[in-house]
Amino acid sequence: MCSLALFPPPLPPGQTTLCESNNELLCGTNNSEARQDSSALSLHFPRESLKLHSRTESSSKAAFLDHSETLWMRSAAAWRDGGFTGLLNEITTSHAEVPKWLSVTSGCILALLRWVSSFHGSLYPHVTLSSEDMIAEFSQLLNWSDCVVRAFAWHPHTDKFAVALLDDSIKIYNPKSAITPTLKHRLQRNVAAVQWKPLCASVLAVACQNCLLVWNVDPCSLSTRPSSGCAQVLSHPGHSPVTSIAWSPSGSLLVSASPLDTSMMVWDVAAESCVPLQRVGGGGVTFLSWSPDGSHILASTPSALFRVWETRMWTCERWPCIKGCCQSGCWSPDGSRLLFTVQGEMVIYALTFSGSPGVPPGLVKGPQVAVVVADLSETTFNSPDGDIIVGGEIQSLSWDPRGERLAVLLKGDPGAANRPAIIAVFKTRSNPVFELLPCGFVQGEPGAEPRLLQFHPNFQHGALLTVCWSSGKITHIPFYFLTSGISQVGLSGSLPLPHLQERPADFSNQSLFTELIS
Amino acid sequence: MFPSETSCWFIRKVIWWRAAASIAWSVLLLPPTTAVFVFVSKFSFLHPIQTISECLSLLMSSCLIFSFILLGGVVTMVGFLNLEYYTVIPTIACSKIALLGQLLHPRQVINSFAHCLMGVIVGWCCAVTVGSRYETLGCPCKSSDGVPQMGLNEYHLVFLLAGAFVGFSHSLLGVIHNINYVSFTAVQQYKYLHFKGSLPLVLKCSAIQAFYSIRNFTVAYFFLGYIPKTWICKTLNLHLDSSVHRLDSITGFVDLSLLYHLWISATFLLFTWYTTLLLFRIFVTEVYSFPVQPTFTEDSRQCLPRVLTDQQPMILKFLALQDLALLSKHSPSRRSEVFSLSQPGGHPHNWNAVSRECLALLADLTQRLVAYHETVATNGRAKSLSSGSERKTSSDTSFSSGTEDLMSPRPTFLTKTPTSVFARSFAGGPHSPLTAPFTPDLDSPFSSPTLRRLTGPVDQCSPWHGSVQSPHIMRRAPKLWSTSAESQVSSSPPRSPASVPSPKQEPTKPSFLAQFLQNRKEQLPEASSQALFADSQAHIWALEALSYLVQASFTEDQFGVVQTTLPSILSSMLHLQEAVDRHFKLPHASSKPVRSANSMEDFTYKTLRFALRATLKTAIYRITTTFGSHLNAVQMSAEHRKRLQQFLEFKE
Repeated sequence: MCSLALFPPPLPPGQTTLCESNNELLCGTNNSEARQDSSALSLHFPRESLKLHSRTESSSKAAFLDHSETLWMRSAAAWRDGGFTGLLNEITTSHAEVPKWLSVTSGCILALLRWVSSFHGSLYPHVTLSSEDMIAEFSQLLNWSDCVVRAFAWHPHTDKFAVALLDDSIKIYNPKSAITPTLKHRLQRNVAAVQWKPLCASVLAVACQNCLLVWNVDPCSLSTRPSSGCAQVLSHPGHSPVTSIAWSPSGSLLVSASPLDTSMMVWDVAAESCVPLQRVGGGGVTFLSWSPDGSHILASTPSALFRVWETRMWTCERWPCIKGCCQSGCWSPDGSRLLFTVQGEMVIYALTFSGSPGVPPGLVKGPQVAVVVADLSETTFNSPDGDIIVGGEIQSLSWDPRGERLAVLLKGDPGAANRPAIIAVFKTRSNPVFELLPCGFVQGEPGAEPRLLQFHPNFQHGALLTVCWSSGKITHIPFYFLTSGISQVGLSGSLPLPHLQERPADFSNQSLFTELIS
Repeated sequence: MFPSETSCWFIRKVIWWRAAASIAWSVLLLPPTTAVFVFVSKFSFLHPIQTISECLSLLMSSCLIFSFILLGGVVTMVGFLNLEYYTVIPTIACSKIALLGQLLHPRQVINSFAHCLMGVIVGWCCAVTVGSRYETLGCPCKSSDGVPQMGLNEYHLVFLLAGAFVGFSHSLLGVIHNINYVSFTAVQQYKYLHFKGSLPLVLKCSAIQAFYSIRNFTVAYFFLGYIPKTWICKTLNLHLDSSVHRLDSITGFVDLSLLYHLWISATFLLFTWYTTLLLFRIFVTEVYSFPVQPTFTEDSRQCLPRVLTDQQPMILKFLALQDLALLSKHSPSRRSEVFSLSQPGGHPHNWNAVSRECLALLADLTQRLVAYHETVATNGRAKSLSSGSERKTSSDTSFSSGTEDLMSPRPTFLTKTPTSVFARSFAGGPHSPLTAPFTPDLDSPFSSPTLRRLTGPVDQCSPWHGSVQSPHIMRRAPKLWSTSAESQVSSSPPRSPASVPSPKQEPTKPSFLAQFLQNRKEQLPEASSQALFADSQAHIWALEALSYLVQASFTEDQFGVVQTTLPSILSSMLHLQEAVDRHFKLPHASSKPVRSANSMEDFTYKTLRFALRATLKTAIYRITTTFGSHLNAVQMSAEHRKRLQQFLEFKE
């Protein structure tokens, strides 16, 4: 069951996908013309325009601090910076000044600690990574460390969005205002994810290397550089680097995850208090996704295991995978279906949660087994310029808020020219039965690789897919369609496109997956 | 004892059982804790096997079983004290003298004494368990002329005194840190998982707290240790052994083994007590599901709409509000019961009762905030800055009101002290609970009648009773605890004569004592703001419940019962939003409290105002995003419509 074979072939080089209309993807050669109304929000961040940190803090420290401090001062500083191991390290290295027995003892303890941690590292290989590598490993972005745009988030209710850039700043764009606030903070380093608080106009949570920052960006303010006093710092010992965050859809709680911390933190942001929810096993938590109805949270771990938490009494189901860890996942708009992908496998799995949100947790029977809904193994498309191989491992999934389009970012192979990273878009339908239909591939300018994708949370005319490219561009690709389930009264008047009459789809007989056949 | 039958059933059937279950679990947890304590105290690196066998034989010994019984008794006692002293609304001392008043309150003194005594008992158990040189109080020794006699074993005495000291400081710190405050978490968890998750924190807290307590004890014993020592020697006719060196000397305390054992014992003591406290908190705050509709008429007083309106006990009201917030969030079937109509008659009694109570809570908070803001606005910022003396010269007339400020708390203090501080939340009768002499919160006339209803029966002997609602009392009342209220008259002379109706104007100069008190009454920063929002958990639940119910009514409310109240809900939320916004513009209001992770102190009450502000905004947004432009059809004032428009455009 190879799903990609049924897709229309990828575009020839030089062509970019512009939009979906009339049930097919339209393309154009030059991106400057034929832009839709979203062009005002298309941005370009050239890599050269960003001022990058030339050196890290630790290297500058060696340049400026003179080392003639007393042992006590250095020990105190080591304790503050590096904790217990830092202190031991300091004592061991300055063996000329401390008594011999002390330096020997601390050396032994240090060796013992290293042995234990190497043992731990052999169980969970990810703990040996540096924190930047770890963020890159578990980020939803393709090749995070090289990305100009490191995180992107649409506001759930309005048309503004936040972009985190390589230089650790965050910019907020709003089509209705000329002001672009830039958020910078001392602790805002290596941003792995940003997310706006639902049911709120101004609160933005940022997952940083050492902490969580919660910015309060007043939408009426005229300031372009909100002070760092506008940010709340949420941190918990041992909870870093933070690689994923998720707000509850009701806006009351924020969960955060770190691959080095086995507990997932549930923050009451206003009170700055947190409840650690610890489950041993897995070695950490890498990716979180809160279902849109608020009833479940997907929490994946670095090992071949993920959990689905139920948010009423905060209990969890364990889902062991066979091959690798859960790489990405997304929920259907009603929260009843979870699609996820596993590292090392080329398929999309689905889990169905039948329980309605009101039923007490004891009565909800969770699914028994995950079902393969799409097989994205490699497929060769013949084109005049040579074969293009599409398919392979999946980096991330995104489902539009109406549940009609599913975008899949395929990793491709950076080494091979004919195996690019590409976005495959499926049409999905959940009523009366769950169905997947092919829609097409989304491609950018030549040489630009898709890095991150996200759907606009409330696009009126269908779905709007925002893609961040490796070139530093952010483009928006609208998918114009009519939803069968939603009344069309409010929509029909404002539709800009003339040719929107729904045509029977060509691919309707090529359904990739339906619940009936599975 | 109990104000009404309803609370009687709740306390009897629910709270007591929960407390009993928590105490039972803490007693059951004692044996493993003690086993760990024995092992840790006896462990020696050189003879690991021998240690284990020694520990096992000790655990079986009759002496330790007797210790178990004693410890079980102590834990039960601690559990009872928890039940007796717990409160869901923290008592926040707004000034140093109020804190002192709390500490010296008879109820608190009894509490401290009980903890001291229990500390001695645990100290004895620890000494016996650790054994060897600590085991007995008397030991044979030889006097200077070689005659064998009973000497005092100072090590044993140190253990007993350390136990007493740790118990005492635990109880004192409990007052300062509001340890008897029971908070409700936003994350519901099963009891076992909650307990398991909190256990490492408890262990860490008790170890750190024990370390500081033992440090302080060492210092205290070094200076004052001779007093109990000579006293014990005299009463028990023991002799001081001159051959062993004394412990209250420099060399005596540089005994690492003794310090280690003291620290371990103190950790053990605090751990058992904290575990009891933790279990009590977990059990008491567990969600209780009230029926929305009574099945039988005799159960009607146990159903949610009825229980919500009850004022006493507070725990009942809080649990009812929590249940309401949860049902509005999670349970469509129970929501439909709230929206349902009464069978004969077709009245939405349930919704009316629920919405009325929630709106009353919100209105009450709004009123409180407005009243507070008025006093602060007239006083200006000087309220927290001036110490009183330098402004005296401004006008002589100001003295009258100034002295009144000084004098008026004292009679209140005298009459109320015996019962007020730390009265448990469900205590009723003629006393007014939940008040401290100088805290501005609930018992001051400044709080509105609704709040008094909420917190307890009105104190009949209070001079304010009956006139609470008159505006001038509302105005004047906050002066009870403001420092430089005297400046307000001079700065704003044209206040209406009705606003200064002093019933006992005395044109005397403030006495020295009064001035001293005045200085001590200086406000602690942000404490008044904390005190203002002390019971805001109730308001948070009310806001959540209302907003979720309104949101659900968009699709679930078949009879349109919510429609009728929607304008009042919106306007009361917007009113509150205005008041909260104004409050957060005050100095100190938005400053974040310092928190440390190493204490069993519950910080929730310090940040309740931030939680309330966030919940309020989310609640309004929840309604506006659900209804959208339909809200334009709702009747409201132009000002509110403007505000609402901002919410609709996501500009707040």
